[in-house]
Amino acid sequence: MSLEARSVSYLVGRRALVDNVSLALGHGEVLAVVGPNGAGKSTLLRLLAGDLEPSSGEILLDGRPLQAYRPPALARCRAVMPQSTVITFAFSALQVVLMGRHPHLGPGGEGPADLDAVRAAMVHTETLALAQRAYPTLSGGEQARVTLARVLAQETPLLLLDEPTAHLDPRHQQAALRVARELAERGAGVLAIVHDLNLAAAYADRVALLHEGRLVACGVPWGVLTAEQLSPVFRLRFAVLPHPALDCPLLVPLPAEHAGAPRSHDIPLERRDEPVCTSR
Amino acid sequence: MGEAIGSTATSDAVSAFPAVLRWTPLPLLAVLLVAAMLLAAGVGAVHLAPGQTVTILFGWIGLALPIEYTAQQEAVLLAIRLPRVLLAALVGGGLAIAGATLQGVFRNPLADPGLIGVSGGAALGAVSVIVLGLRPFGLYTLPLAAFGGGLLTTLLVYRLARRGGRTEVTTLLLVGLALNALLGALTSFFTFLATDPQLRSIVFWLMGGLGTATWRALTMVAPFLLIGTLLLPRFARALNLLALGETEAGHLGVETERLRWMTITLAALATGASVAVTGIIGFVGLVTPHLLRLALGPDHRLLLPASALGGATLLVLADLVARTVVRPAELPLGIVTAAAGAPFFLYLIYRTREQQGGWG
Repeated sequence: MSLEARSVSYLVGRRALVDNVSLALGHGEVLAVVGPNGAGKSTLLRLLAGDLEPSSGEILLDGRPLQAYRPPALARCRAVMPQSTVITFAFSALQVVLMGRHPHLGPGGEGPADLDAVRAAMVHTETLALAQRAYPTLSGGEQARVTLARVLAQETPLLLLDEPTAHLDPRHQQAALRVARELAERGAGVLAIVHDLNLAAAYADRVALLHEGRLVACGVPWGVLTAEQLSPVFRLRFAVLPHPALDCPLLVPLPAEHAGAPRSHDIPLERRDEPVCTSR
Repeated sequence: MGEAIGSTATSDAVSAFPAVLRWTPLPLLAVLLVAAMLLAAGVGAVHLAPGQTVTILFGWIGLALPIEYTAQQEAVLLAIRLPRVLLAALVGGGLAIAGATLQGVFRNPLADPGLIGVSGGAALGAVSVIVLGLRPFGLYTLPLAAFGGGLLTTLLVYRLARRGGRTEVTTLLLVGLALNALLGALTSFFTFLATDPQLRSIVFWLMGGLGTATWRALTMVAPFLLIGTLLLPRFARALNLLALGETEAGHLGVETERLRWMTITLAALATGASVAVTGIIGFVGLVTPHLLRLALGPDHRLLLPASALGGATLLVLADLVARTVVRPAELPLGIVTAAAGAPFFLYLIYRTREQQGGWG
């Protein structure tokens, strides 16, 4: 199963939020979408999810235009994880994850197979212990993990994740993307918007770099995450080092360099050693 | 991530898995409703013991039970009490399930049928025909005007809130607010024009009551209320998903526009029909789902039928109070439901705030 954007643009007024982007998500891969704020990452994801209709170009799911699918059929093909989910009513985390099974349920409601899928999803996201807690009382990170579990429980061949790591602590960030990797290894296609370039480098098969609505580069991490490509897009200098443990680049942002501003080695020694804050 | 998943801490959660939904509250609520109806059917100027009521009803369908009753008791029960109690149950159930549905559709625990203009439109319809002295349909003029006014307003609110085939909930609520203000102004204007006897009719209608309950009134509204009450639970699972948000529900396969259209129409039909025969009865549609959500949780599969049963019970009891506390006179039912409902609602608000830290 594949999802493909062909020369897709999305205009609001005369401004192109997404500008002539062609991108395909295949099975068995993790595709990370990176780019600065306002680059059009979320808009692209919403176009791919079918929430927005392209102003021009088309989105194809398995070769057929997205509009040809009814919502229930689409829900069995792709799952979408939003940046955050606010729920007013006190549904338990378990009930929320169970909602992910909706596209697979008959009129009789959930059966043992559905509960198994829910349990597996909650194990993978370490949310089993939260099962009976009311979703609105969970912390932002816990809510994000429950939402990820709901998306996993949907058991779709394609997943679109809008910043799955945004509210998570470092350990759960790694865990969330490791889940994405495992899914890809079992044949799923996972597209994830990721702000942390190093997470993208470590877990993605391919990285798509967006800038002002356009796809600047798309390819393996070593090819896309280079100082030459990233610096103009993020307006930030990067040092690219080899990762100490993995075969991928490690990106270190460097302090901004203004014309005339002292570079770090120009700062007099006594000021450099001055403690910024002390524990005494 | 395997190490934290495991034996002790999570085994409770796993064993609790099958109990995703508990249906036991429904039979309990049904028993409560039957008890309330038997009580209400027996209390009044002519008293009937529950056993006598049951005997008369069984006799009605051809089963003889060995309990004595008088012909007067039978006449009072069958001609006066029974239609009234049944109407109270139907209207209470319809209002409560409509309220629960709209709270789900709007993802807002404070939504009630008034928000989409049903009550305001019905009031304008009723008050205008009273003041203008229109009677093209005889006795049916007032209920028809109220019903039509309620439905038309709902359609108008919905129409005005739509843009490009989509409806935004906030826009819908704001449009409802604006139209309600306009309807209120028009209703006040007609009230201002009214003569003294007309004023009396207006006041009685606006305060709501089941004094008009007859078998004929019952058969007029029963179809609308039964359709709503029986069909709305079919949308329960989709309403659950809507709690995640409109877009998210769509991602899970819910056709949200159709869902909203269907549920709002059914809720408006049920509310419009009950307002048409009973006038405006507040708080049942708001408080019942609220109370039951606290007790049973937010799952609409349970909440919707429970609200129907609970609302029916509450209105049967409220009507019993309305027609007995100032005997032989009768208190308008709307006064009873608001007087009992409002303080209770305040209590619920404070309790929820303590427990959840408010609504954000």
